[in-house]
Amino acid sequence: MQFFYHFGRYFILLTKVFSKPEKSKIYYNQTLKELISLGVNSIGIVIIISVFTGAVITLQTAYNTENPFYPRYLIGLMARDTIILEFSSTMVGLILAGKIGSSIASEIGTMRITEQIDALEIMGVNSASYLILPKIIASVLFNPLLTMISIAIGVFGGWIAGTVTGVVSSEDYIYGIQFAFIPFYVTYALIKTVFYAFIITSVSSYYGYFVRGGALEVGRSSTKAVVYSCILILLSDVILTQLLLS
Amino acid sequence: MIKVDHIWKSFNNQTVLKDISVEFKKGKTNLIIGQSGSGKTVLLKSIVGLLDIDKGEVKYDDVVYSKLDFRKKKEIRKKIGMLFQGSALFDSSTVEENVIYPLNMFTNMSYEEKRERANFCLNRVNILNANHLYPSEISGGMQKRVAIARAIALNPEYLFCDEPDSGLDPITTLRINNLIKEITDEFNTITIVNTHDMNSVMEFGEKIIFIHMGQKWWEGTNKDILHSENEKLNDFVFANHMAKRLKQIKRI
Repeated sequence: MQFFYHFGRYFILLTKVFSKPEKSKIYYNQTLKELISLGVNSIGIVIIISVFTGAVITLQTAYNTENPFYPRYLIGLMARDTIILEFSSTMVGLILAGKIGSSIASEIGTMRITEQIDALEIMGVNSASYLILPKIIASVLFNPLLTMISIAIGVFGGWIAGTVTGVVSSEDYIYGIQFAFIPFYVTYALIKTVFYAFIITSVSSYYGYFVRGGALEVGRSSTKAVVYSCILILLSDVILTQLLLS
Repeated sequence: MIKVDHIWKSFNNQTVLKDISVEFKKGKTNLIIGQSGSGKTVLLKSIVGLLDIDKGEVKYDDVVYSKLDFRKKKEIRKKIGMLFQGSALFDSSTVEENVIYPLNMFTNMSYEEKRERANFCLNRVNILNANHLYPSEISGGMQKRVAIARAIALNPEYLFCDEPDSGLDPITTLRINNLIKEITDEFNTITIVNTHDMNSVMEFGEKIIFIHMGQKWWEGTNKDILHSENEKLNDFVFANHMAKRLKQIKRI
C-alpha cells in the first residue's frame, strides 16, 4: 500500500511540476543557476572518478586477458566498451545520485521545514514547478555532457594506466579503442543518462518536498532520496538495456 | 471581508478545528489567541489555504476561496501577505532579493522600479543599510521586519501573521506589533494575527477570537476581556496570580 501511496503522490507532484510556469524569464534564470549548481559543479568529481576508473578497467582487463591468443588491442576495445556501456552512464549516474540527489533533497526539505515553500505558495507561486522544474531541465540537459566528458576522460585514464605500467602499448590501445566501434553505444549511453538525470532530480525533489518534521527528517529524506534514486537507476538500466540493445 | 463559515479540520481522525465561524473586517487588526496546540495555526493556515478544510467554507469577499483550484486561488493569493512564525525568508537570497522576489514574480516593473519599491518597503519597517545582508546575518527581530516588508511589497489586501512575537524580547515585540497595526491602518488591510502574547492582546486587539480545544470559545475586543466571565479565557489571559489580581482591581 505504501508503494502505491508514494507512486501516486509522485505522479501528482510531477503534474504540478510540469504545469505552465508563472513567468518564463524567472524559470530561465533559475535553470541557468541549476546548470551551474548541479552540472558545472559536478565536472570535477566526474573527471576524478572517470580517470581512475578508466585506469582500473584497463589494468583489470589486461591482467585477465594475459593470453597469447588474445590480441593486446583487445584491452583498449574492452575498456572503451565498458566505459561507454556501463561506467560513464550508470556508474556516474549512481555517483551523481549521491552528490546531486542528497543536495536536492536536503535543499528542498530545509525549505519545507522552514516554511519557505509555504511562503512561495502564499505568494501564489507554484512552488513545485518553481523549485523542481529548473533542476530537472538543468540535469537532463547537462548530464549527457557529463557522460561525454566521463567517456573521454575514462578512455584517457585507461591509456595512461596502460602505457605507464606497460601492460599495453600506446599503438595497441589506440587501435583497440577505434576497433569495431559501434556509434549507437554512445547514443545508448546518452539515452540512459537522460533517464537517470530525470530519476535523480525528480525522486530527490519528491523526498525533499514532502518532508515533515525537523533536521533529522531532512537527513532521513536525503538518505531515502539517494537510496531510491540508485535502485530506480539500476532498475531502469536493466529495462533500457533490454529495450535498446536486444 | 473574510468569512469563515462552519469549518472543520482533522488530521488522522483527530479533529483539530470544530465548527468554527467568524468574520474579519477591513482595516481591523484581528487576533486569534489560544494555548499552544489549541488549533490557532491550523485555523490560520486553513484560512489562507495552506491546509484544505474538511467541511465548511472560507470566503474572501464573495468568493468561496476554499473551493477554488490552485490556479484560481493564485489570483487571491497575490493579494495576501503573510508573516510566518520563523519569518520564512529565502535563506540563500539577500534581504533586498527577498523583498524584490514577489515583484519579480508578479509585476513587469523595471529593475530600478523594483529596487525603489523594495527600499520603500524596507524603510517602512525601519530596515536600513541591510539590503545586501543574508537572513542569517541579521537578528530575529530584523528578520520579522524584512518578512513584513516582503509581505507588503505587492500592497496586500489581506495580511496574516503567525505568532509575529515568538522568540522576541518585549520591546521588539511591541515594535513589531505597532508596525503591524500601522500597516493595517495605512494599507487598510484585513489583518489576522495568531498570538499568545498578552501585551499584543491588550494593546491592539480590535477583535479577538479565543480558540480552545479546536473550538471558538469566545469573541470580543480587548476591552471586553477585562469584563469577561468566561472562565477558560480568564485562565488563559490572566494566567498568573498578579494578572488575576490586576483584573480584580480593574473590575472594582
